[in-house]
Amino acid sequence: MLNCEQATRLQSDAMERPLSMREKMALKMHTTLCSACRQFGRQVGTLRDLTRQYRDRPDQKD
Amino acid sequence: MSHESLDDQAFVEQVRDQMLSFARSQLNHEQEAEDVVQEALAGALRNMERFAHRAALRTWIFTILRNKIADTLRKRYRNLESDSYDECNECGDGDDSWFDDSGHWQAQHKPNSWQGTDQQALSDDFWRIFDYCLNHLPAEQGRVFMMREMLELSSADICHNLALSTSNLHVLLHRARLRLRECLSNHWFEGEHHAEL
Repeated sequence: MLNCEQATRLQSDAMERPLSMREKMALKMHTTLCSACRQFGRQVGTLRDLTRQYRDRPDQKD
Repeated sequence: MSHESLDDQAFVEQVRDQMLSFARSQLNHEQEAEDVVQEALAGALRNMERFAHRAALRTWIFTILRNKIADTLRKRYRNLESDSYDECNECGDGDDSWFDDSGHWQAQHKPNSWQGTDQQALSDDFWRIFDYCLNHLPAEQGRVFMMREMLELSSADICHNLALSTSNLHVLLHRARLRLRECLSNHWFEGEHHAEL
């Protein structure tokens, strides 16, 4: 069974590379039981979206 | 893509001045300060066309600068502590440990849900906090996070560029995401967000 540190590492790695079937299943088992890691998994995706929005938003007057 | 804001000489000069005074304060050495600013600016400007937004560009430039300063300090002290320097000493967070000994969340770091990322995210106040949080990542984490998420370079390119192993890169990105997530939670999503930043 994964602990939270390992689970969040896999969630972060999933932004970088495809996870193996085994990794996906282990992660799924963990997040089914752990709401904090479920949140983290959603939020890493949101961070990516927000960072691109931040980069691309029109300039404000300085 | 529009270049009007980025080709602005006045903007570059203003940033250069801010960089110089920051570098001087860190290095206490005029020539070294000018060198790191020159290198950082040259490095950052090569990618400037990717940034539509000046604050984002400035954040990126300062991240590069902080890394150059760290390299310079490292060189300066290398002779004194050549044995104790750990290759990846910025991979970890030092004082911050997110997880306990068994790898479970420390109570104060546990993620809660984020509300309203759709509407709130668009306000200027939110983006100020976002900028603040990016700026407060440790330099090495900030650099790889921005190379990955703002420049959209591949993991392989970043590793090649910085001579990092894939696993070190992934550790750094994991740390950066933990930290950025928490900063946004504390200052916006779970806080009384009209914060005093």
